[in-house]
Amino acid sequence: MSTIPDDLSYTKEHEWVAGIEDGLTVTVGITAYAAEQLGDVVYVEVHSEVGSTVAAGDAVGEVESTKSVSDIFAPVGGEVVEINSAVVDNPSLVNSDPYGEGWLFRVRVEEEPEDLLSAAEYTALTSGES
Amino acid sequence: MSRSTPLRGVHESLGATLTDFAGWQMPLRYGSESAEHNAVRTAAGLFDLSHMGEIFVVGAQAGEALDRALVGHLSVLAPGRARYTMIVNETGGILDDLIVYRLDEDQYMVVANASNYALVARELADRVRGYDARVTDRSDEYALVAVQGPRSAEILTALTDADLDDLKYYAIVPGVVAGTPALIARTGYTGEDGFELFVLNEHAVPLWNALAEAGKDAGLVPAGLSARDTLRLEAGMPLYGNELSAAITPFDAGLGRVVRFDKPGDFVGKAALERAAENGTRRRLVGLVARGRRVPRHGYPVTREGAVVGEVTSGAPSQSLGRPIAMAYVDEGALEKGSLAVDIRGSQEPVDVVDLPFYRRSK
Repeated sequence: MSTIPDDLSYTKEHEWVAGIEDGLTVTVGITAYAAEQLGDVVYVEVHSEVGSTVAAGDAVGEVESTKSVSDIFAPVGGEVVEINSAVVDNPSLVNSDPYGEGWLFRVRVEEEPEDLLSAAEYTALTSGES
Repeated sequence: MSRSTPLRGVHESLGATLTDFAGWQMPLRYGSESAEHNAVRTAAGLFDLSHMGEIFVVGAQAGEALDRALVGHLSVLAPGRARYTMIVNETGGILDDLIVYRLDEDQYMVVANASNYALVARELADRVRGYDARVTDRSDEYALVAVQGPRSAEILTALTDADLDDLKYYAIVPGVVAGTPALIARTGYTGEDGFELFVLNEHAVPLWNALAEAGKDAGLVPAGLSARDTLRLEAGMPLYGNELSAAITPFDAGLGRVVRFDKPGDFVGKAALERAAENGTRRRLVGLVARGRRVPRHGYPVTREGAVVGEVTSGAPSQSLGRPIAMAYVDEGALEKGSLAVDIRGSQEPVDVVDLPFYRRSK
């Protein structure tokens, strides 16, 4: 059973969003559940550049594991303000510390997110899938 | 409804991620597939391959019958030895790639892929008609456990009375492993030294547990199909369904050496394969190494100056090279000119063509 921290918000695409309650800048990553499903992550790319504006649901990058490749989506709309270069250099951080050093990017929120999930809702989603 | 091997409970207790493979629930990985891959390269890995098919061909003319049914020359194989070979259709298309073990003068074991063994058994039964040879598909009775890696001989030696020093690569001997009667073969699909142990289903769990225990201190870890796939890819070994199919002849796959036109008599597909050998091939199976970090994967187009000149059959990040690698069928003309790329989801990522295999073990 993978961990699902209570203090984060989640998406159906298995990303987590931190800091949403402040309404300013949020941090985005992929969940421990998604990291386990992917297996060893070997490549992370966020192709939306710092300073660019993204809309909620936009594909902003990709994450590759040994067996598969998946899109990374923007869970909220706004300006990309930071990309985690550490995870680009060392993609295994997604597996080893998905909620910490494995974060992917930060967005200054401009568009109120609508359909984020609570930890309880995300737990229900993943227990249905596994 | 997917089938399970006798070791499914063991995999579940080890926390394996299971995946459907050719209708079987098989372990994809137990933890990190990269760690499993590296363990096989540096120490040893333990694999459940019980989904593979074991088809016995027995009788005074079993060898001659297999010469007729397959592309290889099996009647001259010495008892106790094995050959990599193929079964093709009348047009020379590959129905499966096989390892054939000669167990005794009048007894062979044909090991076929999970996805194909039912077809192979039917074809063999059909093709040996008229010979003193009987085909029995015993896949449902046999489990297959493999120990692969540089420390596999040392691990297995501690558990068996068989003389492994005398067991050459591509040889097989009956023996007892941890109290279990087994056919011990020095074969594999990883590019490392290693053994494949054929045992009756009821012996699979005790055998697995004994190997896991005996290998613990040597660094043996259970390894899943994900590691198996990257190991065989680095070793340049083809996978049926990726590099090989009924639309492809052994010559297309660069494996014309397995076709033995010099054996006596006719064999199924001979006429078509003679034409294929004469005409040459339009596309060739090559190795690609990506310059970037994005991974060329099965089905991606190979391009040159924007034009499609081939297709990737298998691709993965390579632990041993530190870069993504792939096998691909590429037009001969484009290979001569060079400057190839793979279209990775719309962007042309440069690749270099290299000789296979990507990885060769140090002796």
